[in-house]
Amino acid sequence: MPDNPHSKTAALTTAQVTHVAKLARLEVAPGRIEEYRTQLAAVLGHIAQLDAVDLAGVEPMAHPFESHNRLAADIPVEGLSIEAVLMNAPAVEGRFLAVPKVLAEGD
Amino acid sequence: MTSPTHNTPTHNTPSDMTALRDAVATGTTTAESICAGMLAVTAERNTEINAFHEVFAEHALEAARRVDSDARAGRPLPPLAGMPIAIKDNVATTLGRTTCSSRMLENYRSPFDATAVERLAHAGAVVMGKTNMDEFAMGSSGEHCKWGPVRNPWDSTRVPGGSSAGSAAAVAGGMCAAAIGSDTGGAIRQPASFCGIVGLKPTYGRISRWGLVAFGSSLDQIGPMTRSVRDAALMLDVMSGIDERDSTTADRPPTELAKTVERPIEGLRVGIPRQYMSDANDTEVSAAVHAAADAYRALGATIVSVELPLTDVGISTYYVIAPAEASSNLARYDGIRYGHRAQLQPGEDLFTLYARSRSEGFGPEVQRRIMLGTYMLSSGYYDAYYKRALQVRRRIKQEFDQAFTACDVLLGPTAPTPAFGFGANSDPLAMYLCDVYTVNTNIAGICGVSIPAGFAERNGKHLPVGVQLQANAFEEDRLLRAARMLERALTATTGAHAPNA
Repeated sequence: MPDNPHSKTAALTTAQVTHVAKLARLEVAPGRIEEYRTQLAAVLGHIAQLDAVDLAGVEPMAHPFESHNRLAADIPVEGLSIEAVLMNAPAVEGRFLAVPKVLAEGD
Repeated sequence: MTSPTHNTPTHNTPSDMTALRDAVATGTTTAESICAGMLAVTAERNTEINAFHEVFAEHALEAARRVDSDARAGRPLPPLAGMPIAIKDNVATTLGRTTCSSRMLENYRSPFDATAVERLAHAGAVVMGKTNMDEFAMGSSGEHCKWGPVRNPWDSTRVPGGSSAGSAAAVAGGMCAAAIGSDTGGAIRQPASFCGIVGLKPTYGRISRWGLVAFGSSLDQIGPMTRSVRDAALMLDVMSGIDERDSTTADRPPTELAKTVERPIEGLRVGIPRQYMSDANDTEVSAAVHAAADAYRALGATIVSVELPLTDVGISTYYVIAPAEASSNLARYDGIRYGHRAQLQPGEDLFTLYARSRSEGFGPEVQRRIMLGTYMLSSGYYDAYYKRALQVRRRIKQEFDQAFTACDVLLGPTAPTPAFGFGANSDPLAMYLCDVYTVNTNIAGICGVSIPAGFAERNGKHLPVGVQLQANAFEEDRLLRAARMLERALTATTGAHAPNA
């Protein structure tokens, strides 16, 4: 993304919002980019208060408890049936999910 | 503090679920008549309140009749036999749809029941319907709902709070015996406060998240929304305990709090964080906390002042962690396997299918949070936002641990204000700041409960005001016993608690 990764206080640009929308797989109408930019910039401005917290020697905490992986017994269990999986599919061909063509002709 | 007169939330003050359950068990009433009564209230009030998106009337009546037939035959009844319970629409049920109040999932039918729902049904509860919510649980007002805004039963010009808006309104409006909600940053407790009911966010890992549509996976918890503290204890007992399908459930046996909740705690130490008594709180909110402290003193508890200096930083920490986790969790909605799929024009590619499906399927608040999370996790920003927020998270947890060396429970406001009007917080950041007293409970993974503690009068209407108690991780026994002490005392002095508990 940007050239200066730590310039959090620098104003968010419309180009950045457009780029983030693309990364997030969202189709934002050009007329709404500025609205999102203003709202996201306000939240990011507020979040900048985290910079004032003294974090010397503090380890990140990704999860409320220091948990370790719990492994299930290595025994096969029944999954969902094909019918159950396909019942919510937006498009189906036979036993398969139907999707638009991914590769162009001749690829 | 006044008691409600002209805008009581229900036509006739309903009993709490424990009382209803006992009445069915002793033959004083039937499950069918309870269920039919709540369905009648729902039929009358739901058009205005919009608590329910779907009601399973026939299913509920049939299930209630089966309970009555068991009771007549003298068969032992399970703990929630025949109790109509409302389920927030981000909790998977095989009955009806599970929409998260989003166009993205407007026709989604779950092939399985959430573990919490399975356990409620096993305990005899009747799944009565699915309740409206802020889309994908993102919101603090119940306004951001594909199926229209939910209204507060105490004053329909005001919001019920969110995101578990419909669940809170259904319980407060007498439309069900109890409900379940989910709480990522206050979404059970804040609507409970706005609607005058009890809302419990259990410790992270207490109740399985299997079947709860993921928002912020390290923050989300399912919890009860009830008319009394003892009902919350009963529901937690039924829903808690390890689940092989959710590896983050705590390896602890189910709670047995219904047995102990009536027992007061001798020598209870109640801590009031100095930072919670902000001048920014509405007068009635601060008054409710002072009244609660007075009630505890009268019961022989000790009140101590404690420090939680990072209280204000909680919102910033939350609005890094929650959107980051949400942007990752919601990446699964791509229009391919389930959910909304956009129609493509000839020549448009797969990227367009993903992006258009998501933009058509998600409302603006959901898109805002996805973009926020995507931005903060993107290359070059990860350390500056996400890693830093996780470091602050540890500091917040350490502050709670320190505070809990001086006290058993923390007392403070649930929200800075009573229910606000529609559109009053249309600015996203203003809405986020409403959760200042609830987000840190989730950030630290501890437990918290909101209970009714008084009223504020606005434009001639009485609006409920809740207070929040918090306890350290897995201290729900202490939390709910302390809450029950307060509930009993406040019911006597302020009439704050409508039911007969």
